[in-house]
Amino acid sequence: MNQVFLISTVVAYSLSFALYVFFLKAGKVLAGRLATLLLAIGLVAHYFALLERSGPHTVPYHDLYGSMSLFGWLLALTYLVLELYHRQRSVGALVLPFILVFFLAAHLAPADKLSPPDAHGPTFAFHVALNILAYSAFALSFVLSLIFLIEERVLRSHKLGDVVWRLPPLELLERMSRSSVLIGLVSITIGTSFGFLWVYRLSSKYSFYDPKYAITLLVLILYAAYFWLARTTAWRGARASKLCIFNFVIVFLSFTVVNFYLSHNHRFF
Amino acid sequence: MEIVLVGLNHRTAPVEVRERVSFTVEQARRAAEELRTRGILEETLVLSTCNRSEVYGVPPETSHECAPGLSTFLSEFHSVRPDVLNGSLYHHYDREAVQHLFRVAAGLDSMMLGEAEILGQVREAYRAAHEQGATGPVLNRLFQGALEVGKRVRSETELGTRPMSVASAGVKLAERIFGKLHDRSALVLGAGTISEQVVAQLRDRRIAHLYVMNRSLDRADALAKQYGGEVLGWGEWEKALPMPDVIVSSVATEEAVLRREMIEHAMARRANRALFLMDLGMPRNIDAAVAKLYNVYVYNMDDLSEIVEQNRHARENEVPKAETIVDEHVGKFLSWQASVELVGLVNALRTRMREDRAQFIHSRVESIRHLTEADRAHVERLMDEMLESLVLEPAQRLRGERDLRRKIQNVEALRDLFLSNREKS
Repeated sequence: MNQVFLISTVVAYSLSFALYVFFLKAGKVLAGRLATLLLAIGLVAHYFALLERSGPHTVPYHDLYGSMSLFGWLLALTYLVLELYHRQRSVGALVLPFILVFFLAAHLAPADKLSPPDAHGPTFAFHVALNILAYSAFALSFVLSLIFLIEERVLRSHKLGDVVWRLPPLELLERMSRSSVLIGLVSITIGTSFGFLWVYRLSSKYSFYDPKYAITLLVLILYAAYFWLARTTAWRGARASKLCIFNFVIVFLSFTVVNFYLSHNHRFF
Repeated sequence: MEIVLVGLNHRTAPVEVRERVSFTVEQARRAAEELRTRGILEETLVLSTCNRSEVYGVPPETSHECAPGLSTFLSEFHSVRPDVLNGSLYHHYDREAVQHLFRVAAGLDSMMLGEAEILGQVREAYRAAHEQGATGPVLNRLFQGALEVGKRVRSETELGTRPMSVASAGVKLAERIFGKLHDRSALVLGAGTISEQVVAQLRDRRIAHLYVMNRSLDRADALAKQYGGEVLGWGEWEKALPMPDVIVSSVATEEAVLRREMIEHAMARRANRALFLMDLGMPRNIDAAVAKLYNVYVYNMDDLSEIVEQNRHARENEVPKAETIVDEHVGKFLSWQASVELVGLVNALRTRMREDRAQFIHSRVESIRHLTEADRAHVERLMDEMLESLVLEPAQRLRGERDLRRKIQNVEALRDLFLSNREKS
């Protein structure tokens, strides 16, 4: 591991986090812009740190820590895209800690001793990268939904604190969450298709034996349901946000329990 | 170079007095002109808002002598007896005048602490006086400093960020739900003063559609015309309620105007899109059960007043930060003022010493007969060098003085010790 990229990433993300917090508290536009710039610098440094770990032309899916770091990177990338698209920086202070934790956990924890999966090739790399992108987009929608519920509760209770004046409006949070879920849905659909393609190339048949397939299908259905329900009369608002949070619990189970204990082929992704 | 300020504001004068000595734009221009042509002030600027009338100036003589003249001028200009103004007018000089203006620009001297409008009013008064040619180097520097203080206080503190009226607090809350309101619509029930305040706030945010409903159609019509809204007949609930995202109600009524089933029905028709209701009536216009409906947010007068009160405390907590910025800029201005005065003082001293030297040569050196022309020229040069070093060395030490108070005191002392009254002015 090249220490320069590791240290640069941690410093850039940490400073970005501090500036996002300052922006949320004080509302200084310059602080917000600097936070975004540092996040972008962190993303570049993080990319090179990933490259160091995995070697050129591959995705670091061979061990848990590589997958976690990639997850953190894609989370940062998805957030940056959403921030620029929706022109809203107030959520940065709440997303950056997740990015930092995943990066630090991946790079500072002891190396994985388990043997890597016997898989390689560009199709497989796309399959892994797109599915992890989907997970990171779902994680982002989870954070956004959580903020929505807290802000909604505060507004309904009339007990406004200082920060509520700085948070994004409720309807913007809903839109950002839907955008994030859309990125996740597209990624997971294409990523899973690549997975099936790869299995077919390997064994000349489509296998549905692995429990990971079932839970991925469930995730896909649940998020598609959220995407549709979030615009309907009965579900728009807090109910849709609760559903989004529930969906992420399933994603988390898929990423942890199913990967480690039930799946034969999906230990790290 | 001294600065004088004479004026009155909401703290020193009741509204009856304030309105008698307020200036229109034309009056302010005329007053500035008269003050200069009559030799009362060399530079002048009139700042007049609904809560204050102030004349800032740089007098040709010392400001303490000029202030009574300014008071008399104000009294004559507005045809107000001097005894009416007695006790209402304040006089500030130099540091106090600078500090007063900077606090005004920061919103620290406003009736509503941290109000945003005052900075625009200071900017406009300065622009008008500058265009008229009534300001000079001192007031230009002073008012540019004031505008900088105002901007810094607004960007570096939260003095002006939070809503301080029920109407603005309600509209800000609506923005917490919907974001920008330019593509939203609002329904206003009632056409009284408070409704008008909310409508003005909504129009400031360029709300897309504004509907007004009132029992008296004439008043609804007047309000709608004034703010570009549409009038709906009282009781057209079926048509009116599903349309708006924001409903503001301020109607004198014995019982609730908007009941739960009415809003429930409207929400079903608007596919449960969020609805924000401001109940500004007393007794309340909106059934309390409405607040329990899904995606409906209801704030009544007490809720909004409590928010305004919290914001007032929050603004007060920001005052020390704002005062620090004001003090910093007062120091900067006085330092600049002292430096400029020092340059003037050095020039005056140099002139004085050259005159003394010429007189000395004429009376003493020219009488020494054995000196040649070249010797006399040499003596003159030597005296010039000595006098120059006598002036320059203390001036340089003064220029480098970091203690502002000491610097100003020393400049004053030099002026008092070496210059006559004629040379001082």
